[in-house]
Amino acid sequence: MNQRLIARREWLKRVGAAAAIPPRMLLPIVTPSGEPIPGPAQSPIAPAVSAPETLTAGEAETLGAIAARLIPTDGNGPGATEARAAQYIDRALGGALSSFRDTYRAGLAALDQYAQSTKGNSFARLSTADQDALLRDIERNEAAGFSQSAAFFNLVLAHTIQGTFCDPHYGGNVNFAGWDLIGYPGVRLAVSAGEQGLNARPAPTHMSAYDYRMFSGSRPARAALDQGGRHHGD
Amino acid sequence: MATELKKTDVVIVGLGAVGGVAVLPIVEAGLNVVGLEAGTWLRADDFAPDELRNNYRGWPQAVQKANREIPTHRPNASSPNSPRLAIHPMMNAVGGTSLHYWAQSWRLSPWDFKVMSETTRRYGASRIPKGSTVEDWPFGLEELEPYYDRVEREIGVSGKAGNIDGRIDRGGNIFEGPRKREYPMPPLRGSGFTEMMTNAARGLGWHAFPGPAAVNSRNYGNRTACVYHGFCNRGGCHVNAKGSTAVTTIPKALSTKRLDVVTEAHVIRIDVNDKGRVSGVSYLKSGTEYFQPADVVLLAGYTYENVRLLLLSKSKAFPNGLSNNHGQVGRHYFSHNTGASVSALFPRSLNSWYGLPAQGVAVDNWADDNFDHAGLDFIGGGNLWIYSDRRPIGAASMSTFGRAPRWGTAWKTFIKENADRANTAYLQKTTLPYEDNYLDLDPNVTDPLGYPVCRITAEFKENDRAVGAFIQDKMVEWYRAAGAVATDKLPLGTMGPSTHAYGGTRMGNNTETNVVNRWGFSHEVPNLGVVGASVMGTSGARNPTLTAQALAWRTGDYLTRSWKEITA
Repeated sequence: MNQRLIARREWLKRVGAAAAIPPRMLLPIVTPSGEPIPGPAQSPIAPAVSAPETLTAGEAETLGAIAARLIPTDGNGPGATEARAAQYIDRALGGALSSFRDTYRAGLAALDQYAQSTKGNSFARLSTADQDALLRDIERNEAAGFSQSAAFFNLVLAHTIQGTFCDPHYGGNVNFAGWDLIGYPGVRLAVSAGEQGLNARPAPTHMSAYDYRMFSGSRPARAALDQGGRHHGD
Repeated sequence: MATELKKTDVVIVGLGAVGGVAVLPIVEAGLNVVGLEAGTWLRADDFAPDELRNNYRGWPQAVQKANREIPTHRPNASSPNSPRLAIHPMMNAVGGTSLHYWAQSWRLSPWDFKVMSETTRRYGASRIPKGSTVEDWPFGLEELEPYYDRVEREIGVSGKAGNIDGRIDRGGNIFEGPRKREYPMPPLRGSGFTEMMTNAARGLGWHAFPGPAAVNSRNYGNRTACVYHGFCNRGGCHVNAKGSTAVTTIPKALSTKRLDVVTEAHVIRIDVNDKGRVSGVSYLKSGTEYFQPADVVLLAGYTYENVRLLLLSKSKAFPNGLSNNHGQVGRHYFSHNTGASVSALFPRSLNSWYGLPAQGVAVDNWADDNFDHAGLDFIGGGNLWIYSDRRPIGAASMSTFGRAPRWGTAWKTFIKENADRANTAYLQKTTLPYEDNYLDLDPNVTDPLGYPVCRITAEFKENDRAVGAFIQDKMVEWYRAAGAVATDKLPLGTMGPSTHAYGGTRMGNNTETNVVNRWGFSHEVPNLGVVGASVMGTSGARNPTLTAQALAWRTGDYLTRSWKEITA
């Protein structure tokens, strides 16, 4: 095999939004002993929100608030906010997930309208308890004036999970927040028998697939992928 | 006007798992072949270990003609179409879906070839499910054995024989039919988890054994051994350890200089001359229409495309589609019942993040006719399969077994503790053809060129449901014996587009009920052959690919031996 590790985190160069994060924020948010750093959603370590690429600023704010409740930042450690799951979705809506753009626009507007009519404020401005109550309503198709809300909820949940647990190449799972949460030991190009033992706990690699030289090339197919996967079959 | 190309001996439509095998005996016999493939060549460095791309986005790095013609589905003739899939379960490329398949490479059991006669003999004819159109195959396992053997060596299959010429070896599958010799490579290694499950099966008195895989357990020829990195499930192999036809039979065929591969060829029609014989194939490439004349056409697409191309190829001699003057194209369709599975939650980590779907352990005690069905209300059974294969998005999407909601802090607490404590079995069960399950052309849905797509009209029947429930109970028993604290029975699902789709051009001696003869050539058009699972009349309880490949080799071999007769 000719794969060699790339010394630098190639994805940092490619993922423009992440490049704006100060280096200290790229260190593990979970302490070496495994103790998570507790903190509310507005923790100072949460990365700053950059301008959305596909959604409007208002839509992105609503989406970010939803993601923050689906996978919250809590005593278990970082959540969708630190993983930048909403930013992953925003970017993907301009590429691989573009067929869902209208669904998001309509769904986010309907949620905000529901928040206004029931709680008197936009979704992002509500308390977390009110936000959770509204999300439960749409999850159960019980939000007045919001038809098919459960389908929208399921779509956002699936994409928030993607954005939290995907390869960081796509702009989500920043700082491997998702993979560390569930103990995924990371991308390896080869795995030994010992590493597959029942009691083995391979150390996290904290590598993107595209950190490996073999996959960091620039063949045309991958160039298209780097732009968000806009290609046949999307 | 189409550009007419130079005539060739044989044109093969599709260079995937089966076309890529059929081509080899043909070129080795000295015939020239043009292979038309809708996809492109892909290389090892196209196969990044990327769950999102492989498992959620349908391979955007590849040209996927299939994604523009996804079959529609409706349960029965009076119901509307079900919601359409967004991604075709199969893929286009040189090597086809053998690039990203699981590579489980089973031989069918002897019973699978004789479901009708063996059921009648052992339990009486009344036990054949009502409405089923199942027939015995025109031959038994012993006739296919030499071709299984050849393909196992060409693509490289790892496994442990359980029955060599009647001698039973408990290291392998004691229920398998006789083989002439051992697999070319030993089985893939076990993992801690698969060993734990093996021990639990033994405790139940069941026979657990490593399954066969077209994945190298050691270096094989010029290809390296598997590295177990965990992205084989809908992923291509970055070290060429998976025996896709793109790295095995197709390069070997190319080395004869008698195979010409045309990529990004979109076949639109099989053409017929005024004698009712096929004259060649029409295809589009880069916006130009070409006509490739040939003495013989071998149709080697996936089941849905084989049927669709025949139905689209209408002519004076075949007004209802090629080789369809008996109305059998699209009939006897079925897709494997693999949906009714079981998930289990264990009180400990399983460390199953790495490995591959083919690195697993099977139990066949409840498959096929390996147990007495006298007191049961179904025929057939299922293969229980557990394996080590887990990736982060999939793990985070796991069932919470009723112990947590689907989101929020309670979910996060659950997933943090349990993401590596769950496992889902793969349960393949006997599924039969029925008179009202079939494929045809959708009257309303077309591809971007305006051609109707394939329509599936199919639903699971009583026997399929009964087998599913029985096998799920067995799997729950196995998981519980291994220490599972919770189990979930997953729903049966629908018979929408499947990776295990059978029939539609069934093989058989009866010209009234089958499209192709015992060699895979059309009963109505002597110089048209069909290869793929579309010729299979039963599924057994195991993956179809190796059987489809063995049949493909047999059809290709027959073609070379019967050239004069076929082209007369």
